[in-house]
Amino acid sequence: MARLTFTGGIHPYDGKELSKDKPIQEILPKGELVYPLSQHIGAPAKPIVAKGDRVLAGQKIAESVGFVSAPVHASVSGTVKSIEPRRVVTGEQVMSIIVENDGLYEDVGFYPVAPVEKLDREEILQIINEAGIVGMGGAGFPTHVKLSPKEPRKIEYVIANCAECEPYLTSDYRRMKEEPDKLIGGLKMLLKLFGNAQGILAVEDNKPDCVALLKQLTRDEKRLSVRALKTKYPQGAERQLIYAVTGRKINSSMLPADVGCVVNNVDTLVSVFRAVAEGRPLMERIVTVTGDAIVNPRNFRVRIGTNYRELAEEAGGFRGEPAKIICGGPMMGFGMFDLNVPVSKTSTALIALSKDEVSALEPGPCINCGRCVEVCPGRIVPSLLADYAERFDEEAFLKHNGLECCECGCCSYICPAKRHLTQEIKSMRKIQLAKKKQAGR
Amino acid sequence: MNLRMKISSNPHIRSRVTTNGIMAAVIISLLPAAGFGIYNFGSRAAAVILVTVASTVLTEFLFGLYKKKTTITDLSAVVTGLLLALNLPVNLPLWMAVLGGIFAILVVKMLFGGLGQNFMNPALAARCFLLISFPAQMTNFEYDAYTGATPLASLKAGESVDVLDMVIGRTAGTIGETSMIALIVGACFLILLGIIDLRIPGSYIVSFVLFAGIFGGRGFDPAYLSAQVAGGGLMLGAFFMATDYVTRPITPKGQYLFGIFLGIMTGIFRIFGPGAEGVSYAIILGNLLVPLIEKCTMPRAFGVKRAFRQGGGS
Repeated sequence: MARLTFTGGIHPYDGKELSKDKPIQEILPKGELVYPLSQHIGAPAKPIVAKGDRVLAGQKIAESVGFVSAPVHASVSGTVKSIEPRRVVTGEQVMSIIVENDGLYEDVGFYPVAPVEKLDREEILQIINEAGIVGMGGAGFPTHVKLSPKEPRKIEYVIANCAECEPYLTSDYRRMKEEPDKLIGGLKMLLKLFGNAQGILAVEDNKPDCVALLKQLTRDEKRLSVRALKTKYPQGAERQLIYAVTGRKINSSMLPADVGCVVNNVDTLVSVFRAVAEGRPLMERIVTVTGDAIVNPRNFRVRIGTNYRELAEEAGGFRGEPAKIICGGPMMGFGMFDLNVPVSKTSTALIALSKDEVSALEPGPCINCGRCVEVCPGRIVPSLLADYAERFDEEAFLKHNGLECCECGCCSYICPAKRHLTQEIKSMRKIQLAKKKQAGR
Repeated sequence: MNLRMKISSNPHIRSRVTTNGIMAAVIISLLPAAGFGIYNFGSRAAAVILVTVASTVLTEFLFGLYKKKTTITDLSAVVTGLLLALNLPVNLPLWMAVLGGIFAILVVKMLFGGLGQNFMNPALAARCFLLISFPAQMTNFEYDAYTGATPLASLKAGESVDVLDMVIGRTAGTIGETSMIALIVGACFLILLGIIDLRIPGSYIVSFVLFAGIFGGRGFDPAYLSAQVAGGGLMLGAFFMATDYVTRPITPKGQYLFGIFLGIMTGIFRIFGPGAEGVSYAIILGNLLVPLIEKCTMPRAFGVKRAFRQGGGS
């Protein structure tokens, strides 16, 4: 059988050896914690605490507003210092609740609502919603919304996205190695929601130990299987993952549920497990701190709201002067301007690089080599679309399927002329999507 | 520890492939053919190559001075000069070679906007320009001290040719086109580096062989067909000129179509035309069709039913 994969994609240096063998290590925050009210796609949460209130770890401090929204929980005990706009990783100012950590780590006490077997569909969704769980791979889409398709009986595959195709990231890898039972447990809970579905753990084959371990742990599970995917970026992109596993294709305006699939990332599934089985809301996550400018690359268990600076310090600080700091993977993450921002639900990594390849290279003219066309997983023509975007030719951009771009970055990565293809297309896409949204109202 | 880092849009890493690297690889891949040309035709071949390359680079340099932008460091002018030289007969007056180099860079490339903007292969366009302007000098294929016909001309005249000599390159012709072996060595180098692939050369050569077999009047006679493949500019054209990034379709399907078109045109020119050659004209004609071919062969986006969309809806 041909290896499960998709057409296009790239093989960048993966840098995973830096942090791959570092066991997950818990770090406790020292200073204040910052909880942005918008760590997800959808309406920002509404604060339900006031300045001066004492809060406990696990206490809900902001509630969701509407269906597509998610609540926020405190991850330490302490006092609410203020509610004010703070800078987040993307550089925006977002209204946030600031909690002064009292260092006691007192929690509210966690009890499961009921044994899993006794819960029905609605109750499980309610628990997930209340726990504030969102897609933790980076997108931050509220999980309960994802799990509420119009026709749940038509879902045939619940896919655990264990690809971790971004270079440098090893947080999912460590989770799979250290807490595979929680991952499998989370997936099994989702299977309870979708009676006709098969659960698939899709892992890139550069992690053969995880494939073997998960296979062994699921050998008696009739509804679960493990699939090894060809190692190639962006194997973990939702559309490419669904195609690799099921052979079904969706475009940018469809949802995975349209082809009977639901996809969730490793950390999200573990959080689902902990919410349902242990009654713990989402208040921590695994963050990989790595890169050639980090002294001791590590995988940390981090309380959400912790300042990034503390992560870098816990990892031994910087080796020399870092030239680039990235939140998330190097292909799709955000370039950070300052470390003084909080870890959010969607922070997968902190990468510090000693070389800034983007600023160092001057873009030249397109020589029409076609490499971007070969690597584009969306099967569009990035060089043309970037031209259209550059001269703001909206009609041509839409006609040539510019909206199908998933912003994976393969075209910019491969371009010999070092053009900023992804950036051009991404900016144009943003404008067009906003226009579309406005027209739809 | 308050940092002020540079930010940028994703992705934050880049591959090592650069335009310069690609151009340098193409230059290296042409060295076997150039070297054999010098061995086969003597030191005058070296003079033609040097003069042509110097004229293309100098033209681009001077144009750069005028535009206040240096572009010669991307090495593309060297590639153009080298390719043009390999397409010239060894006894061409040097001033004509210089004129060809100036025409290639100034008229075909820079006036259209420089690297990436020209719609015709500059070296081939310059060759055709010289061929039309100076037909006698451009077809003076003196070899071994007597004026010899190229193998293709002999073949067209119905004479027999030594295919082995053609494969090795011990025949009359332009400086770089005679040795099939040297050209294949260079082409393999480019293919192994992933700089060119077989889509265009493959479909070009196969469709040309089929065309020559059907319409050549000799049927599928292996000796005739192998002489047709090894002779003239086919190898040089198929692997090094038709694959020129700037002037070939960017769409994979379009590349096959482009190759097939070139094969048929070359067949028509060689078999039904007055001359024995046809590769240069076939390729520059093909270059003109590239926008049309690209338009017709746009790939279908992943998960999308149609190649083009009306408006923004789906």
